[in-house]
Amino acid sequence: MQQIINFIIRNKNFLLFLLLFCVSLLFTIQSHSYHKSKFINSANFLTGGVYNSINNISSYFSLKSQNTLLAEENKQLKSLWFNASQKTDSTYVDSTAFQSPYRFYTANIIKNSYALTDNYLTINKGRKDSIKQDFGVISSKGIIGIIDKTSRGYGTVLSILNTTSRISAQLKKTNHFGTLTWNGKSPEFTQLVDIPKIAPLQKGDTIITSGRSSIFPKGVPVGVIADFVLDQAENFYEINVKLFNDMTNIEHVYIIENIDTEEILNLNNNNNND
Amino acid sequence: MNSIFSIHTTRFILLVVFQVLILNHINFLGYINPYVYILFIALYPIKNNRVILIVLSFLLGLTIDLFLDTGGIHAGASVFIAYARPVLLKTSFGAIYEHQTIKFNTVDFGSKLTYFTLLTVMHHLILFSLEIFSLSKIILVLQKTLFSSIFTILLSVLITILFSKKPR
Repeated sequence: MQQIINFIIRNKNFLLFLLLFCVSLLFTIQSHSYHKSKFINSANFLTGGVYNSINNISSYFSLKSQNTLLAEENKQLKSLWFNASQKTDSTYVDSTAFQSPYRFYTANIIKNSYALTDNYLTINKGRKDSIKQDFGVISSKGIIGIIDKTSRGYGTVLSILNTTSRISAQLKKTNHFGTLTWNGKSPEFTQLVDIPKIAPLQKGDTIITSGRSSIFPKGVPVGVIADFVLDQAENFYEINVKLFNDMTNIEHVYIIENIDTEEILNLNNNNNND
Repeated sequence: MNSIFSIHTTRFILLVVFQVLILNHINFLGYINPYVYILFIALYPIKNNRVILIVLSFLLGLTIDLFLDTGGIHAGASVFIAYARPVLLKTSFGAIYEHQTIKFNTVDFGSKLTYFTLLTVMHHLILFSLEIFSLSKIILVLQKTLFSSIFTILLSVLITILFSKKPR
């Protein structure tokens, strides 16, 4: 017994180092697996508060470019709205008569990150704004990511620039779908894999979300095909997708809640159990 | 004792704020960021207790991780260099270290540079191995280590020169 205690005292530095190193390894491994419970995230009171107060100042510097973006989006929506109202002029249908399955929230990115291999963003909306895990996040130009963790006032977003991110996406002109991943290299490009060889591809084709995952509605723009190659087995394409979004400059985003998510998940679970 | 404590607390907080709010948004050439917060570990007094240094480094790394959503990679790398620091001190300063009389303001520039370089490269290598966490991307790890290290070393040396009290 005496010897054990002596051993511990003699090697206390090494043992302490080993313990703390193992703890940090544990955190690291957790952060590499999707949606594991992790304690170390920036959606807490301290980091969220710091980022929020800094963002209050720094957002002034990008006011001009963000205004242009919003005006651009307004222009699109206006043209959509006026064109649609002219067509359906005679048979006016109140859109509130239908229950839309998607609900939208706005939020601001208070911390952006794109230089790591696993990037998380922080937004200024959280549980008190009824934001929950697995809501989709898009900007006016295209897809951004999925809500990962929320605290009371803040949330983190698993960016599409994250090597663990998997989002279902498809070609706009046909219905061939695949998985959107990222190889960790350039923040301008993501990779679309598992598109079957039979799909007719061309450079410049548009990629949209497929609406299969119950997170994003169908048709959220992702990007255009920059180049593509067949994988090693020569059955599927690996496509480099140039994103519509400039992921290095995002501020105003929309959060999408699918009200039917629970129903869809239950249905899928039932099907799996049978 | 009290003044040493307050100096290091301020240094801890300032380095974290500087790192998180400014240095992590540099993204030179898309991905190169300096990690200057390790200056806290590098400049920690040598005579003080090693256990405290290891615990403080862990806390420092964990704070950075908290801000960057990176799991535990900064904590791991910081704890490692805090543990390995005596060996590095011995290799870069030699006999002076044995007598425990180093003052970072007074040692000659060459050995200080060696010390910073060793510490930074070791820290960055562990940091990026943990971040990328895949043996097949070892080239990317080495590439990131090399470029970020150059940046970090440059900035650390500049900061130490800028904030050192001149021995008169």
